[in-house]
Amino acid sequence: MAKTDRDTSKGKPRPIVRLGIFLISHSFFFSVVFSTAGVLALLLLPVLAKNTYISENSLMPGSVAPMLSDQEVAEGNRLIEDLNALKSKPLGSGIGSQRLVAQYMSNLGAEVSFHKFHRQPSQFHPLHFFSSPDSRRIEQNISCALHGVNTIGIIRAPRGDGKEAIVLVTPFNSVKVNKNEALSLGIAYSVFSLLTGVPWLAKDVIWLVADSQFGEYAAVAAWLRDYHTPVFSGVGTLDAEMCPEINNLRGMEENLFTERMTFDGFKRAGTMAAALVIKVGDRTQQYEDSLSIYAEASNGQMPNLDLINTVNYLAVHRQGLRVKVEKLWSLLNMRWLKTLGEMFELLGHYARNINPQLKFGIPAAEYIEGSATLASSLYYQALGIPTGPHGAFRDYQVDAITVEILPKVFTLGNKVRQNDFLLRSGRLIEGVVQSVNNLLEKFHQSFFLYLLTSPSKFVSVGVYMIAFALLVAPLPMVAASLYVNASNSDESMNSEKSSPSATAVDSASSPTTTDAAPLVTLSESTPLLTAADSGSLATVADSASLATAADSSRFATTADCITLSSWKWLYAAKKSFIVYLWGSVVSLLPYFICQIPSCTPTTSFIIWVLLSILGLVVMYGILASPFSDANDSKSQKEWAILKSVTLSAAFIGLCLMSIINFATAEIGGLLMVPMCLMAHPLKLDVKTRSLRTISRAVCNLVLGFIGFPPVTFIVLKGAFEGFSSINVGDFWSWVESLWAWNSATYLYIGVVHLPCWVLCIHILFHHC
Amino acid sequence: MALLLLLLRPILILSLFHFAPIFHSEAALGSVAEEDFSEELLLRPLPDRKVLAHFHFQSRAPHTNSNGRHHHLFPKAISQLVQKFHVKEMELSFTQGRWNYDQWGGFDPLSSSNAKPPGVELWAVFDVPHKQVDDSWKNLTHALSGLFCASINFLESSTAYSAPEWGYRPDSGSLSGLHLTSSEFESEGVGSGIVLEQTLTVVVQPSSQRTVRIYSHETKLQPSWSLTSIFGRKVSGRCVLAKSSIVYLQLDSSLVAELDSLQKENNISSTDKYVSEDFSSNACFEVSVKPDRVLKELKGFEKKNPSVLYEFSIDKYNESGPFDLGLTWTVPVAWSCQKAPLHVSRFLMGSGNERGAIAISLRSTELTNKLLHTDSNEGRCKLEVKVFQVVPWYIKVYFHTLQVFVNEQPQAVSDVVEKMLVSPSVDKVSPGVLEMVLKFPCGMKSAAITLDFDKGFLHIDEYPPDANQGFDIPSAIISFPNFRTSMQFLKDDSSDKSSILSKFEENSAVLAYTEVLLVPLTTPDFSMPYNVITITCTVCALYFGSLLNVLRRRVGEEERLENKEKEPGWLRKLYAKLTGRPLEPVESTSTSSSLSSSKLKFIILVAGIAVFWQVYYG
Repeated sequence: MAKTDRDTSKGKPRPIVRLGIFLISHSFFFSVVFSTAGVLALLLLPVLAKNTYISENSLMPGSVAPMLSDQEVAEGNRLIEDLNALKSKPLGSGIGSQRLVAQYMSNLGAEVSFHKFHRQPSQFHPLHFFSSPDSRRIEQNISCALHGVNTIGIIRAPRGDGKEAIVLVTPFNSVKVNKNEALSLGIAYSVFSLLTGVPWLAKDVIWLVADSQFGEYAAVAAWLRDYHTPVFSGVGTLDAEMCPEINNLRGMEENLFTERMTFDGFKRAGTMAAALVIKVGDRTQQYEDSLSIYAEASNGQMPNLDLINTVNYLAVHRQGLRVKVEKLWSLLNMRWLKTLGEMFELLGHYARNINPQLKFGIPAAEYIEGSATLASSLYYQALGIPTGPHGAFRDYQVDAITVEILPKVFTLGNKVRQNDFLLRSGRLIEGVVQSVNNLLEKFHQSFFLYLLTSPSKFVSVGVYMIAFALLVAPLPMVAASLYVNASNSDESMNSEKSSPSATAVDSASSPTTTDAAPLVTLSESTPLLTAADSGSLATVADSASLATAADSSRFATTADCITLSSWKWLYAAKKSFIVYLWGSVVSLLPYFICQIPSCTPTTSFIIWVLLSILGLVVMYGILASPFSDANDSKSQKEWAILKSVTLSAAFIGLCLMSIINFATAEIGGLLMVPMCLMAHPLKLDVKTRSLRTISRAVCNLVLGFIGFPPVTFIVLKGAFEGFSSINVGDFWSWVESLWAWNSATYLYIGVVHLPCWVLCIHILFHHC
Repeated sequence: MALLLLLLRPILILSLFHFAPIFHSEAALGSVAEEDFSEELLLRPLPDRKVLAHFHFQSRAPHTNSNGRHHHLFPKAISQLVQKFHVKEMELSFTQGRWNYDQWGGFDPLSSSNAKPPGVELWAVFDVPHKQVDDSWKNLTHALSGLFCASINFLESSTAYSAPEWGYRPDSGSLSGLHLTSSEFESEGVGSGIVLEQTLTVVVQPSSQRTVRIYSHETKLQPSWSLTSIFGRKVSGRCVLAKSSIVYLQLDSSLVAELDSLQKENNISSTDKYVSEDFSSNACFEVSVKPDRVLKELKGFEKKNPSVLYEFSIDKYNESGPFDLGLTWTVPVAWSCQKAPLHVSRFLMGSGNERGAIAISLRSTELTNKLLHTDSNEGRCKLEVKVFQVVPWYIKVYFHTLQVFVNEQPQAVSDVVEKMLVSPSVDKVSPGVLEMVLKFPCGMKSAAITLDFDKGFLHIDEYPPDANQGFDIPSAIISFPNFRTSMQFLKDDSSDKSSILSKFEENSAVLAYTEVLLVPLTTPDFSMPYNVITITCTVCALYFGSLLNVLRRRVGEEERLENKEKEPGWLRKLYAKLTGRPLEPVESTSTSSSLSSSKLKFIILVAGIAVFWQVYYG
């Protein structure tokens, strides 16, 4: 054989090339193995989770006995009582509560200031996803009803240099005083009153009482925006005379605290080291006080693991609180997960039998808990929506978490219980403040990329990346093999038509393509073929420059159709480019749909779908039609090329997304990879009528159905919450929340997932 | 009394240790014939329930030829410094904590000349030719570093200091200093006397016991204090070496005004109540010791009420009858200190590791309104503000982005900035310096100045320890040349003025330091060098190991052996690995000669990469 002779004369290709060829030629086997391994690795993550540890030595949590005493708690109680008493007085309670808190703060000797902010309506900003938080304001149509007033108290560290600050945030609805919120204010106040007197403070402490009448996040975000990017021109003039109650506040301040407070002027305290949002949950607990930690910020960003560790350590080992992180509760009862857990347990048992040093396998119950937590961690990161006001801090590179303290049943009436609760949670907060105060550098030691499987267990990026890498690895492999196969079969077909001399060469090389080394044959057969075509270049070996020259000569012979092997992908690429273009248009459409007044989510959704379909048809009509007709008839394996391009595009999209938000890419990969890999024209499958092809067709249909984003959403929602309350408009609401929070997941769905799905459907219904 | 007090630590709210040797080469005090030493202590209640204690020790050494270079009282180390480095004037301050300009006043001599930014500040005027100034500065920093056991020697680096042009009261922020270059070189030398002032300013929270803390607003009585409660001891006599030992108790002018109004509410009395010797009739507070004299401030042009000084001379106290000054409040009083003309705050804007902005915001206080409304009728009244800002080179400030907002309206820079001097920073050589004279209209409510900057990248060995904390931008200095701090106190005999009072009389401009800023810069992963070392070592080990393997291997022999034995045993190895048991020695190898040569090439390649890596990072 000519091929083998040439190979031996040249010597073996480099090992990495050989490996690549090997993988590509056995792409089916490897793709199955890899994607199964990817899913399996994901399921293994709870087993592989490591215990958390405090990486930054200077934190030293719990090294000092807490100083918070009953006296401070009594102070906190007084504030709670005053706030609750205020509730009974209906008149002017809105400003009243802020005034009250401000007075309490200033009595402690803290600097007090108020911060007015406007509610910013959530709007769709197409180019807003990756930009930094801006200082843009909506200047017009601000009525006083949309004003919120944050109250800020600052303790200046007596011996500190004022370069850094620790932020405590308590969301508090000034309009409707809530008992739990009053309780959280009480906790913060007792800590604050302690901190005014302590000599060890090195960082200033800011206590932000965020006015949560327009949402907790909005208030905190507004304050942070004014803290970091103030606008100097024309803000104060706007609302000076417009809003009576704000002026009321100003007048009040003159009466009460004559010199201590300066109302105007935004008080600042240096670079923020960390922030802690304190909330008291209204879900009461059955047996004991417990603590929920929320950490996910926008686009799956997480605070430094050390912060969570510190809170967890102090809560568990010092205050005896139970710490929880969010779980997907519905997963706890899943039968298959239980079986899997038992299997892993058994496996771990065997592993330990073989070698006692092997630490593999955890109890099944723990596995189920871990995977439920992991799933929720993955879900909330993938969603890209912050799980609390702490998310606003992450936009400014400040590590922050929300600590929701859940009191035992029933605390609020019982005075002794309430004192105990205040004392314990106050000591927890004090401990965290003290630890952060110890920090010399900002948080940088521990992990930023991690998934939690329990409050004290985590999976770091190095581990969970493997699952994703295994999952997406088949995509380029299959794409390459499809491409090679398609171009080879075309090659042989074309050459049969064009010249008999080439057929000889080609037929000689064709058997090798199918089994061993398709890539090599591809690169070699082209010049051979063209040399035969032109006749003059018979002695040409494999040089790239000559190959292109030959290409051009060949182009002259068959000028009317674009069937050059190296340009084959161009048509498919154009097609997929159009689809991707359409995808980005679709993701911009909500901007216009939002402008339509009085639209229910369902109608908006329907409008969106209709417009999208229209857009697709129009795009095809304008851009794709003249070529598609000419080409479809020519190449039999056009769908294979298209699929290979689709796979490559999906691969690139997933990899890019994994950089922006890993969890989204992981979940998206789970949905997309099987769909893309399986895609095969139904016509061919039905034509063959074997069991294998029919099952493949059914599988394809199911995957294609599930892969459609709204269907995916509804199926997932139904699976976790029950199908009873499903509405088509829900998807619109969900998407709306995504772009309102500037989640990159929205872009992923619009620009990566949807076009990929359309291309897959296109392949399924390909007329070949 | 003197320095022992330093060792005691009550609750220090702000301990501002200011050590300021100042050398006057002019023979202003030429009348002094002998070396002398005087000690004084100024106590002042502050509005936020704290007490300020300002110790002031002054040594004077006249220039005499009789004793050669010996001194009786004057510290020899200081005089040697002066002589060696031809220092004309020098000030060194160490500060912990911050001066609270809002609460503790920003318009008196103490806040203008004794409040310093956190850290170390050093400035000096040299009496040497221009080109020797830098050398003198470096030598001086090293000498001081040894003398004070502080790392002042870091100030020798040219990135840490600068020389302002417009005769500012020179200074800068934490751990950076600057030196003045005297424009006209006087060859007079240190012929005249030296004056050394050492001051220690401490702000103390008197009521240390937390149980007594009163939370409610209405019954807020100022805490009572005494020397014992603050410093833990009484004064048992004067320092024998001191010419004079005096304790002053100062009541702020606004406090006096407040007390007056309180008195008027109760009964009609005159302002001179506090000045009079009769103490029992004072209803607002009680001073435990009867003062020797009561001094009243001469009314300045802007002062409505004079501030009052009680003078206590320590001369008459001894071990048996120690001096313990105490102040007991009987009526709740609230007052506020006189603030600086404009409230100044400086902060960073923006987020991220790429760029940001420095903003200085100025807001008018009541004082400005009071002071300037009288003048504003004349029209064209201007409030002059000088800004001096040193920016380290890794903060690349774009001076053309200077923006000025007055009353929340953007203004053309040329309208507000009277003159401006910019010396841009040079990477790794010198910091950027900005000096500005701004003129604001008098009715101004607020103003803001912003400057954009890029954050630079540092080479790995330029990072200081704890680089992840961020980098400091030293304080800016804001001074108000229109306003002067000087307090003249009426005295019976002007013959021997106390040193504190003569210091108060100095007519210097009101001056304020802004906050020190912390800029987070991008920092590399500092464990990276260790990773590189680890990788390099691994690669070296692999290289030498396999080189040795290749060299001592006899290929022909092995091929023969290989033909005999076919079982590779990798399954067994895997099993052994799983079980953790040591592997029984099984001799088995599988390499052919052709493969070993390619392996050799591969090893050489890897070694090359390692060497390249090492060179690149090394």
